[in-house]
Amino acid sequence: MHTAASIRSQFPILKRKINNNPLAYLDNAATTQKPQSVVKAITDFYTQYNANVHRGMHALSEQASTAYEDGRERIARFFGATPEEFIFTRGTSDSINIVARMLEPRLKPNDEILATQMEHHSNLVPWQQLVKRTGAVLKILPITDEGRWDMDALERILSGNTKIVAVNHCSNVLGTINPVAAMVRAAHQAGALVVVDGAQSSAHLPLNLRSLDVDFYAVSSHKMYGPTGMGGFYGKHEILELLEPVSFGGDMIRSVEAFDATWNDLPWKFEPGTPHIAGAIGWAAAVDWMQSVGWDTLEAQERELTQYALDTLKQVPGITIHGPNTAVNRLGVISMTMDGVHPHDIATLLDREGVAVRSGTHCAMPLMTRLGIPATARASFACYNIKKEVDQLAKALQTAWKMFHPTVTVQVPAKNLWQR
Amino acid sequence: MSDDLYKQEILDHYWNPHNAGTLHGATVSAKEVNTSCGDSVVMDLIITNDRVSDVRFQGQGCAISQASTSMLTDKIKGMDAAQAKNLSEKDILEMLGITVGPARMKCATLGLMTLKKALNDRVPDSSRQVLDANNRTAAATSRT
Repeated sequence: MHTAASIRSQFPILKRKINNNPLAYLDNAATTQKPQSVVKAITDFYTQYNANVHRGMHALSEQASTAYEDGRERIARFFGATPEEFIFTRGTSDSINIVARMLEPRLKPNDEILATQMEHHSNLVPWQQLVKRTGAVLKILPITDEGRWDMDALERILSGNTKIVAVNHCSNVLGTINPVAAMVRAAHQAGALVVVDGAQSSAHLPLNLRSLDVDFYAVSSHKMYGPTGMGGFYGKHEILELLEPVSFGGDMIRSVEAFDATWNDLPWKFEPGTPHIAGAIGWAAAVDWMQSVGWDTLEAQERELTQYALDTLKQVPGITIHGPNTAVNRLGVISMTMDGVHPHDIATLLDREGVAVRSGTHCAMPLMTRLGIPATARASFACYNIKKEVDQLAKALQTAWKMFHPTVTVQVPAKNLWQR
Repeated sequence: MSDDLYKQEILDHYWNPHNAGTLHGATVSAKEVNTSCGDSVVMDLIITNDRVSDVRFQGQGCAISQASTSMLTDKIKGMDAAQAKNLSEKDILEMLGITVGPARMKCATLGLMTLKKALNDRVPDSSRQVLDANNRTAAATSRT
C-alpha cells in the first residue's frame, strides 16, 4: 500500500528548502520530478552497459538493445498499444510535428483540419504550417465559458471535408479532461483521422489507446516521471503501414542503393539516427514505477487533492479560477488570476514562500485571448503532492494579496467567525 | 541594492504610474511586448532639439515592468536623446535599486526596450512635420 509519505520518500528533491521554506513543487504540468528508480535506471545504463543499439555484435550492445526494445514494449503496453505502433521521438511537440509531416502528402487543397480553442501551441502551429503548405483549411472549435469543448458547434463544423481532428486530451491551462472518445466517434463518422495531444493526460489518466480508437496519440516522458528529451507517439498499425517516413538516416533503412532506399519495419521506419537510449530506459522505469503505485492510488490521490485545492483556493481574496469548478472531468491543473496582481508577480511572491508555480500564457495564446486575460498563474499537481502544500500555496497567495492591497480590509467569512 | 523586489517605491509606481497616458504631438512612439507573458508598453516622446522634452506611456503588465517604465519616464524627461538612447540594463537596475533575477530581467527592462526602439526609429527633426498621427499609429502597431 502506497501512502503519500512513501511516495514522497522516493523523490529526494521534495526535501529541498527554497527561500527557507519547504519546497512545494506545484509545476507538474511543466515537468514532473523523477523517482529514484528512474534516476537509477539511467545511471545503470551509463555506468554498466552504455553502447549503441541494434546491429552491435558485442555484449554491451546486445544488453543496450534488449533494454531499449524491452523498454519500448513496456511503454507501449502501458498505453494499451503494441511496440510496432509506438514510435519514439523527442516528446509531444516533436511527435505532432512528425505526424503532420507524415499526413501532408495525403492532404488536398480545401481539405479541413479541426483544432480547438484550448490547444497548446504545439498542437496548433504544426497544423497552421501544414495548411500553408497544402492549401488545406484550419478550423477552430470554440470552447464554452466553463472551459469545455462546445459540442454543439462541433456538429456545425465537422463535415465530409474534415480530414484531421487535432485535439488535446487534457488542457494544460484549464485542466479540462476532454471527451476524446466522443470526438473520435464523431470524427470517424465524418471520415477524419484523430490526432491527440496527450502531454497532460499521460501521467494522470489510465489509457488504452486501442480501445479509445484514436489514430495518433502523442506523449512526453518528462511529464510522467521520466527523463526530458524523450517521448513518442502511438499510431494505428494499419495507418503507419500506409504512411511514408519524413526523416531519413541510419536505423530506419532496410537497404540502400546509390539512388534509392527501402524502409525498415515498424516502428523503426520512423526513427532515423541513434535514438535516446537512456531516455527510453528511464521512461520505461517511470511507467514501471507508476504501475507499482497503481492507478487506483494515483487517481484517487490526485482527484481528492484537486477538489481540496479548488475549495481552498476559492477562499483566497481576489482569486478567479479559470476552468471547470469541480474535480469532475478535471485534472489538478489550476490556472488563477488575482485582482490587481499580475501572474508574474504572483509567481515571484509564491517562490519566496517555497511554492513553485508557473506564470504566463502557458503556450496557449489563443486560449488567453478567449479568456480575455493576458496570462495566468498555474498550480499543477502530481501524485506526490499533499494538502499541506495546497495550504502553503493558499497562504502565500494571501500574502501576495495583502502586499498588493494593503488598505483593503478583507471581510471574514461568517463560517470562520464561528470556528474561533 | 535591496533584496525586496516589491519595496514600497516599486508598488507606488505600479499603483500610480508617473507620466501615464498618450502624448498629443509626439515625435516618436514605439510599442514593445514581452511575448512570454503578454506585458506591453506603448511610449510616446516629444524630442525637441535632441532633448526628451516630454514622455508618456501606457502599459499593461506586472508590477516590475510597469513600475520600471514609470521610473524610467521620470529619469529621461529633459535628458539628451543620445544619452537616453544609450541607457543600459545596468542603469535600469541602479534606478530600481533592487536585485532582479534572470527570470524577471525582461520585466525590468521592458520600458527600456520600448524607449530604445522609439529612439532608434527617430525621424530627424527636419522631417518631423510630415509624421502625422496615422503614421505614428501604424508605426507603433507594425512593430509589435
